[in-house]
This record gives sequence, C-alpha cells and structure tokens, in this order.
Amino acid sequence: MNLTWRLAWRNLWRHSRRTWLTVGAMVFCNVLLIFLISLQLGSYQMMIDNSLAAYTGHVQIQHRGYLEQQRMRQSIPEISALADELRTTLGQGDVAARGMAFALASSRERSFGVLLSGVQASYEPGVSTFPGLIRQGRYLNPGDSEHIVVGAVLAQNLKVGLGDEITFIGSGRDGSFAAGVAVVVGILESGMEEIDRSVAQVPLAWFQQMFSMGEGGHAVVVRLPGLEQVPAALATAWTLVEKSPDLVVHDWDAMQPGLRQAIASDMASGWFMYAVLIILVAFSVLNTQLMSVLERTREFGVMLALGMRPVQLARLIGMETLLMSGLGMALGVALGSVLTWYLSVAGFAYPGMEELGAKFNMPGRMYPEVSLLSLLWGPAVVFLGGLLAAVYPALRLLRLVPVAAMRAA
Amino acid sequence: MAVPLRVIGTLAWRNLWRNHRRTLIMLLAIAIGVWAMIFMSALMRGMTDEMIDNGLHNLPGEVQIHALRYRADPSVVNSMALPSGALAKALQQAPVQAWSARVRVPAVIASERDSRGVTLLGVDPATEALLGAWPEEIVQGRFLQDEHDRGLVIGMKLAQKLQTGLGKRVVLMSQDPGNDVADWGMRVVGIYRARLESTEEQFVYAGRSLVQQKLGIGAQVSEIAVTARDYRGVPLWYPQLASAAGETLEVMPWTELDSFLATYLSVQDGFSLIFMVVVFLVLSFGLVNTLAMAVFERVREIGLMQALGMPPTMIIGQLLLESLYLLLLGLALGNLLALLSIKPLESGIDISSVAQGMEMMGMGSILYPVLSVQDMLMSTAVVIVLGLLASLLPAWRAARLDPVRALNTI
Amino acid sequence: MSAISCRRLCKTFRQGEEVIIGLDQVDLDVEEGSFVCLSGPSGSGKTTLLNAMGGLDTPDEGEITVGQYRVDQLSKSELADMRLHSIGFVFQAYNLIPVLSARENVEFVMQVQGVPAAERGVRVREVLAEVGLQGLEGRLPGEMSGGQQQRVAVARAIANQPALVLADEPTANLDTRSAAQLMDLFVSLNRDLGITFVIATHDTRVMNYARRLIRMRDGKIVSDERQQPQAMAQ
Repeated sequence: MNLTWRLAWRNLWRHSRRTWLTVGAMVFCNVLLIFLISLQLGSYQMMIDNSLAAYTGHVQIQHRGYLEQQRMRQSIPEISALADELRTTLGQGDVAARGMAFALASSRERSFGVLLSGVQASYEPGVSTFPGLIRQGRYLNPGDSEHIVVGAVLAQNLKVGLGDEITFIGSGRDGSFAAGVAVVVGILESGMEEIDRSVAQVPLAWFQQMFSMGEGGHAVVVRLPGLEQVPAALATAWTLVEKSPDLVVHDWDAMQPGLRQAIASDMASGWFMYAVLIILVAFSVLNTQLMSVLERTREFGVMLALGMRPVQLARLIGMETLLMSGLGMALGVALGSVLTWYLSVAGFAYPGMEELGAKFNMPGRMYPEVSLLSLLWGPAVVFLGGLLAAVYPALRLLRLVPVAAMRAA
Repeated sequence: MAVPLRVIGTLAWRNLWRNHRRTLIMLLAIAIGVWAMIFMSALMRGMTDEMIDNGLHNLPGEVQIHALRYRADPSVVNSMALPSGALAKALQQAPVQAWSARVRVPAVIASERDSRGVTLLGVDPATEALLGAWPEEIVQGRFLQDEHDRGLVIGMKLAQKLQTGLGKRVVLMSQDPGNDVADWGMRVVGIYRARLESTEEQFVYAGRSLVQQKLGIGAQVSEIAVTARDYRGVPLWYPQLASAAGETLEVMPWTELDSFLATYLSVQDGFSLIFMVVVFLVLSFGLVNTLAMAVFERVREIGLMQALGMPPTMIIGQLLLESLYLLLLGLALGNLLALLSIKPLESGIDISSVAQGMEMMGMGSILYPVLSVQDMLMSTAVVIVLGLLASLLPAWRAARLDPVRALNTI
Repeated sequence: MSAISCRRLCKTFRQGEEVIIGLDQVDLDVEEGSFVCLSGPSGSGKTTLLNAMGGLDTPDEGEITVGQYRVDQLSKSELADMRLHSIGFVFQAYNLIPVLSARENVEFVMQVQGVPAAERGVRVREVLAEVGLQGLEGRLPGEMSGGQQQRVAVARAIANQPALVLADEPTANLDTRSAAQLMDLFVSLNRDLGITFVIATHDTRVMNYARRLIRMRDGKIVSDERQQPQAMAQ
C-alpha cells in the first residue's frame, strides 16, 4: 500500500472509538437503507404482479373509448378469433377474451346489481388468479353454458349456494331486453371483500347469446411472464389491430394508472426518509472529520512548514474519509445483504400489514427483493454523502497558515 | 444542593461552547433530525386524517346502528324503526353531536343508455347536514330540500357513465320487503362532486320518505349514523350507546365498520414512532461521539475535579446536563423549523400528479399536513429520553476515571 | 557568498490592542557553511527571524535572500517549494507524525518531494544511519525517546540534502545527554556535509556549540559575536 494511504488509514485509528462510532452510524444507515429499499422494490414488484395477475393482465385490446366509458356497444367483433390470432402470433404468455355487462342479479330472495363477465373457461385461468380461488364447487368448464361462478360475499348477499339459480336481467348490445338463468357451480373466495362482492363469471358463449353480442366481446386480455415482455407484446398486438381502426391496445399502466402513482407517492415518502437518514450520517462524518482536522492543527502546521502544500493535506483528509466511508459501505453492504437475503427467504411481517396488504393485493408477509440495485444504491449515496461532508473540513485546511498552526494548542 | 446545581449548570453550559463548531454541527444535526421527525409525522398525519375523514364521510359517522342482520344481509328486510326511548335519549346527549337516520339499500340505476349498481341513500337533508355527511360540492342543480323531495342527486362520474344529466329521468330498481323488485322513475335534480371518484360512482341520494314509500317500509330505516366529531375518542362513548340500543340492534364503531381504516390508523401511528426512533438512532451515533470526544479532551480537567473531591455523580450530572442543553437547543430549533415549514403548507400541497394512486388509498389530490402537538411531544420525548440514555455511557466512563492517571494525561 | 542575507527586516504583530514588535530593522548576513545560534529571551524575535528565513512568515518590510531565492518576493506556493527542496527544518520535540514509523516519517517527506520510490528506500536507510538510528527504523515516535525522535526529525530535515537547516528550540524537552548528542549530530553534519545551520534557542547548552552567537532583544540584534565552539558540559 502506498505510504500516503497507509498514513490515512492509520490516522483513522488514532481515535478508534470515534471512528467506529462514525462507521457504525454509516453501517446502521446502510443496513437500514438496503433493507428498506429491497423491501420497497420487492413490494412494488409484488404489488404490480399481484394486481395485474388478479384480473387485469398486462395488455388488453379493447374498443376505442371502452376504457373510459365501458359501454356495451363498444365491443370487439369476432373476439375469440382475434384472441386466437394474438395467441399464435405472440407465442408466449396467455390470452383470453372477455365480455362485460351490467345486470340485475336476482335469487329467490334477493336482488343486486352486478357486473357480469363472460369468460373463456379454457383460457381464463391463464390470465387471472380468480379461477384458482374457488372455495366451493368448481370453476367453469369448457362445456358449460348456463353456469356461473360467484364471489363469496355476493353469494351470501344473494343467499345462494351451489346448485341454486340466479336470474339476470339487463339490456343487450342492441338495447333489447336481455334475460337468463344460470346455476351456481362455484363460489370464489379471495379474502378481499371488494373482489368477493363483485365477481360473477359465466361462459363467454352464453354471455354473447344472452346480451345479443353475436361473436363479440369487450376485451382481449394478455398476461405475460413478466413486465419486461410488455413493450414487445404491445407492439405485436398493435400490428394485429391495425386493420380495425376502432380497436386500441392498452398496457397495464393505462388500465391501472393508480398503481404506478401509488408506487410513485410511496417512493416519494420513502426518499424523504432516506434523504434525512443520509443527511444525518453526513453530519456525523462532518463532525468527526472536523474534529480530526482541528485536533491535528499542530501536526498539519509542521507538515506545511516542511513544504507540503495545503492541497496535499486536504487530499489526505479526503483519503481518510474515503477509507472511513469505504469501510462503512463494505460492512454495511455485507451486513445488509445477509439480513436482507435472510428476510427474502424467511419473509417479514409487520403488525397490521396483512389488512393493508389485502387492499393492494399483497400478501401479509413481505419478501424483500435482493438485487444489485437495492444492495448498492443506498450505501453508494451514503458513501458520497460522507465524502461531501469532508469537503468543509478539508477546505479549512486550505486556509491553514504554518506558523499559526504550529502555535495552536 | 441548590448552589452546586447552579455551578454545575453554568459549568455544563460553558463547556458546551468550548468547541462551538462541534456543538453547532451537532445542534444542526439534532435540529434537522427533529424537524424531519415532525415534518414526516405531519405529512403522515395529514394523509391519515384525510383518509379517515374520507372514510368516515362515506361511512358516515363514527358509530352506526343497524338491525342485527343488516351488515351480513344489507337488504331492506333488515331495517329498524326510528330510535325511541333510551336510545333516542342517548342520541340527544353529549358527546353525540349529531345523528341521522337513513335508508341505505343496494339499487340499480338505469338511464336510457346504460345501467349501474349503486347504493341508494334515502336521507333527511336536515339531519344529514348536521352529520356533515353530505356531498362536498353540488356542481349542477341543487341538493335535496327535505325528506319528501322527489328529486335524485347523483355523482358526476356516475352521470358520465350513464350518459345522463341534470333534469333527465332515470329508473331506480331495488328490492322491497316482499322480495319483489320495485322500480320507479326519478328526475336528476343535482349532480355532486366528491373527493374520490369512487364515491361519485357509488352513492345516489333521494328523500327518505320517498324511498320509504317506494319500498313500502313505512317509517323504517336501515341505519343510524352518529357523530361526536372526534374519531379517536370513540371507544369511550360508544358502549353507552350500545347499552341504550338494546339487544335487537347492533351498534358498531368505525374501527369495526371499516377495519381497513382502523388498521391503517394504528399502522401509521406505529410507523411515526418507528421513524422517530430510527432517525434518533442515526443521530445517537453522533451524539455519543460528541460527548465521548468532550470527555476525551477534558480527561485532565475531570481528573482535577475528582482530585478536588467532586463526587462521580456530579461529574455524570454535569455531562448529562451538557447533553441535555444540547438536546433542548436542538429540539427548540427543530420544532421551530417544523413550525415554520409546516404552517405555510397547511393550506395544502398539490399532489395531483399522483392523484389516482392516492385515490387507491382513499385520499384526494391535495395533501394537508397536520402539525400536531402530540407529534411534537412524541419527538421531544424520544429525543430527550433516548438522548440522555445514550449520554449515560460516556458520562459514566468519565466518572470512573482514575484521578491520578487522568491528571498525568496530556 | 552568503547563504542568507537580511536587509532592514521589520515585522509587527497585533495582539488585541497591543502592537508587538517582532523584528525591528534587522540586518544580517550568514555565510555558507556557518553554524549560527540566535538567542534571546522569549519574545525577542529569534523565532520570527528564523521563520522569515524559512519563508514561513513574510516580513512587513525589508529584503531577505536565501541562496538564490528572494524570499520576501516569493508566492506562497513558491515558498512551499523552497522549503520542500532547499531547506531542512527541525522543530521542538514531538513534531513527528505519530502514526508513522521512523522510516515512514522520513520517507513521507521524500515522497512529497517527489523522490522516486526506488531511490527513497536507499536514501532513507542512508540518512537514518547518518543520524545514528540503525535498528530503530521500524519504531513509532511513541516508542522512541525524545532524543531519538529529534534524530528522526533531523533525518527528515536532511533527507533532501538541503544547504540550510533551520532549527527552532530543537533541544527543548530533551535531557542534557540527548541534547548534547543532538548538538554533536548538528556539528558533524555541518562539518562533514557543509550544511549551514541556524538555530534559534534560549538554551545556553546549545549556544556553546555555536561558532557565531547572535543575541536578540525586542526584535533587534544586540550582539553578534564569533566564538570558539566548546563541547557541552556532560
């Protein structure tokens, strides 16, 4: 090791307790940042995956304007064919067609307004997690026609069980009177009241017939293996709908703008907290380095007298800070990785999180996401903050006059 | 004891300023830490209050009374008579500020273009106003005039989805006690805006008597909403109401009616405290450092004091006092900073860029930070208690110095 | 040719309200290879004069030439350059870098001077041998006596082979034996290498070694005598 580096290193340990306390502050802050950032990124990933996996999917083809107005007539003709075509072209992920209509659902005792979905029984399980949440009975089979799957709360409100009939009254695509009767074959329970209150799914063919949709529907839903594939899938879908000017392709961000914004607002409050922690650590470094400079004034005076330039002294302080911050970063990243890695395997829970998580389609236990970004981002900023904090003490050295410095106590 | 205490006080104060640069840096660090604690809490409290206000506005009230089976089966069948006897009496007494009896049933609303499922509220405008449960803003037309009003008031978003508007007719369908679907036409007389679009889509308002008549339920109502205008104090008074209501009715506080809100409140309160403690822990490294250095520099002096017969407790006391001065100054500065930075923001911070995200959490697009005495006190307590605890170690080490060796240290 | 020549040097300091005279119209020539002692009570101006010669302090008025340098006209960085390459300094004891060993203390200055690494190793061994510290190269200042530490300081001062060494109270904090050894070292360096020595001191033990003894009082030279150096009383 170069002599100057050796000098800087040894200078650090002249007050080992002070250095350890400062390094300790950095390590603490680094571990905290690694944990929080991993948790944040992990939860965003989960939030996006879970919300999209539930029902919306990553990409949808819809009629222009349907997203905002959701009108019956804004439909896609020959929807199953379009879905098949997209499925073949895409070559990955799952594709399913849906139709949606509002109807008054009546059992023998109760009536409620519901949003009825017509789904393709063979493809729906690929694009939505709902089919997997059946608690009683079964999900729709490809051969089903007058059959329905409902959410548990809806079933309770309608006072229906498996095998009971529900009557639907609504209006068809052409405004005609639409009515039908379906038998409950499955009851779905997600634990999230909003979902359990609203789900009502029937086979697409029966839906098309009841609401005079012909071969039409309202959305072709695409679920992809990951977010990375979205741009490519979006482009593929656009080329398919090019010939029909009425159709548009939406990505998940357009369909659930709240998701990205919820993440953005959460990030903003997260950053505020991180900034505060980093500033406080920088103050700690500032204090330590200023003390270390002040108490060595005499020594620096001698060095100046011997002909060293003030810039060289400032550089020495810079090197000391670099070593100290480097140590804080190394230990912080090491400890933080171990902790976060452990939690990414074992999971992490906070009282009350389960209820909150349910609102955002999140499980009660959180699994931080360990990545190079989450491990290094926080510590790197702490490191830079520490270096920045040493600027003032180092600048003070530039004004040092040898005679006065040597006279200092 | 009074005299030595004063001497110690002066000594501690002067010692604090011997290395004024170090003290100022630490002071600034504490002030920024305290500011951050309070500022963050104010933002979070603003968010929480907003969410809970919105939540309670939609519920509405902090306590609701229903027929026993209503919550499991929100049908018109499970309705109740207007309060009488003990319950009526309890509702007139403090701390209850206002209450309103309403018919609340699921319904389907249909325009000539489209139909949607909504919650139909049959209300008495007079008591609704007292309850504070009415729509924030009527953008077109008017609100209901009395409980016999024949008009319907719907939300802006719903009007758009139904492609209907002021003065247009719509059809309402809901179930009557005989399990038949009652349907009747109404004219839209007002369109309201709410802070959340989901509210605008869900609730439609009609006169209570009219709804009772159309559903054929006489003077029965579905729910009684009660407010004391203090959501945190509910556990104290709602049991009285419950006992007055008797066993045929269910009286529930908002914490049970909307468990998500209640959990959110407790998580946020817990988070505020955790944030404060974390900020303090980062600060404490610097604090211990500063004090340890102060002791280190003064080893000779402390040895001298011990040699002169100063008891160790007084040395600890002096150092703790020095730390206390530092903490108090930092707190004062931090609180002042918080006051100065939050006051101008109390009129609201525009966060409309993330409005839909906030709506997912039940909040509007303007964030109103709330500076609360409780947060200021909590941060003060955290800083002083933990600060003195952290100072104990260096102070105790100082008191255990061996006078002779200390005197011989340079 | 003189190693140092001072003409009408003046320097005043302010201390609160008072104006303190540091140097008052000092004229002085020091020949190459001489061994000069500046003596006088504290506040007499000897350290101020020494600092002026070393370019640590600039005089208010007057001219000062050291070797080929017009010290009073050099910029700060030129002064630092001059100190680094042409002058050796020895201060009071305890002026080594405490975390570096004897070898490293000397090497560090050489590194700053820009001596290539290969050359440094050889030269460090040489100078440490010259000051009689063979075997102690690896010790930290805290592990050496005051006298040994001052020898390291001397080694550090002569590492760049300066023509001039300025020493300010080099024997303060040293016992008589160590002080004598240090002065013997100075004398031999002066004799063998021809290095000019100017030593500011109020230690009479040191003055005995001088071939020229200059006494100062209140910023003025009050006497300037050539003398026969005599060894310190052991």
